Amino acid sequence: MENLAPHFIELIRRASTDLPADIEAALHQARAGEDEGSAAQTAFDSILENVRLSRAHSTPICQDTGTPIFYVYYPTGWSTLALKKQIREAVEKATQMSYLRPNSVDTLTGKNPGNNLGDDFPYFHFEEWEEPYLKVDLMLKGGGCENVGAQYSMPDSRLEAGRDLEGVRRAVLDAVHQAQGMGCAPAVIGVAVGGDRGSSYIKSKEQFYRPLDDVNADPRLAELEQRLAREANTLGIGPMGFGGKTTVLSVKIDSLERLPASYFVTASYMCWADRRRSLIYRDGVATIE
Amino acid sequence: MASYDLQIPISEETIRSLHVGDQVRLYGTVVTARDAAHKYMKDTFFKGAAIPPAEQAIYDELARLWKGGVMYHCGPVVAKDDEGRWKFVSAGPTTSTREEPYEYEVIQRFGLRAVIGKGGMGPKTLAACQDYGAVYLHAVGGAATLIASYVKEVLGVYKKDELGVPEAFWVVRVEGFPAVVTMDSHGVSLHEKLYEESRARLAALM
Ligand code: SF4
Repeated sequence: MENLAPHFIELIRRASTDLPADIEAALHQARAGEDEGSAAQTAFDSILENVRLSRAHSTPICQDTGTPIFYVYYPTGWSTLALKKQIREAVEKATQMSYLRPNSVDTLTGKNPGNNLGDDFPYFHFEEWEEPYLKVDLMLKGGGCENVGAQYSMPDSRLEAGRDLEGVRRAVLDAVHQAQGMGCAPAVIGVAVGGDRGSSYIKSKEQFYRPLDDVNADPRLAELEQRLAREANTLGIGPMGFGGKTTVLSVKIDSLERLPASYFVTASYMCWADRRRSLIYRDGVATIE
Repeated sequence: MASYDLQIPISEETIRSLHVGDQVRLYGTVVTARDAAHKYMKDTFFKGAAIPPAEQAIYDELARLWKGGVMYHCGPVVAKDDEGRWKFVSAGPTTSTREEPYEYEVIQRFGLRAVIGKGGMGPKTLAACQDYGAVYLHAVGGAATLIASYVKEVLGVYKKDELGVPEAFWVVRVEGFPAVVTMDSHGVSLHEKLYEESRARLAALM
């Protein structure tokens, strides 16, 4: 297999320094909705100026370049071992090039190896598919917003929330309220309903790969996504928790099978610096979207 | 709400004149410190009867820089320029509440006048701001390239090898670093206020 590491470095560079167009457009729209001269509007001005500068200088949008989460879709016959090796090599190089901050820390010793590598770092998911080409989705998931994610085991008596979509709505609104501005609002909220504790968290984060204008195929969830985004924005938390009209940019929901005994609602929080990019490698040609 | 240019070191009188919502720009020397740095300070400087001799020099240096000075909760992305000098590439604030258990004592011991971070801090830090004359300044989280452009020079770094790049004490000179006062020395916290207001709005949705 040929060495794709240079393409993976470029994927990391783009993810870290070049905010996707749909996110940037949503931030512009949010700015326009805030009161003239408010702290919220000033925050959006800084955010948008930062997005522009980072792209122009090819420097990380945020210094917390997060956990690199790679979803690798490969045609039959490819070696996942080789792909993993090349991606790890690219992560190390991209760290040397300051596209990534050395972020992986040994939990027990507190030591930082300085290269973003560890037994379980970065995070990988491999999936063989029927397409004749390779696709690698990368998201950089920041720590501040990760810390404000929340999981609810339903029913939840504090929220008077049961095992239905009304219960999901209550849980998600509570999660947004608890987060306040601490996860660098405004956010995209990824929600998973069902699963076990682990699979539910993973599914909630997979929602961040969806484009913002993506409409949920399930009309019940599509409606709830819209409603939650609208209602969360009445909370008044605003960008950075300065107060304002935009607390979330979008809410994305999916469900997964559960056991009769369990009903989890998991809300993952993605900060405004919603960094994701995809590499497509087809017939020897690499493109980044 | 007003705007101020603040020269570091900052006097208590100046700090007491600031109120929640004021916008400031900072000029002078700032030192970064985040999770591991706070734990280090607690374990090394505040716990035992005496500071271990090997750590005395760094204590003295921090004491000099932070008397009337400014701490920044930040773990930067750094690079070396062609002449081997460090520079900040990307350097926004990190979440401050994790330092809540430590900050009262740090403000008290060092005489800090301002702590920059994001997300705000809790009642103990608010009390320290009142008791000793300090403010909490909120920078724009994630605006890291923009903020790095106000960091004009890296003057030094402590504990880089032990704590790692993000966790080290970086001593930097800033010019025009922008932030908003969200906790003042009069016991007012924008974060507390918004938490309560948004809780009332949440109740209306439930
Ligand atoms: S939450 Fe996001 S924008 Fe904020 S500091 Fe972390 S990675 Fe950066």
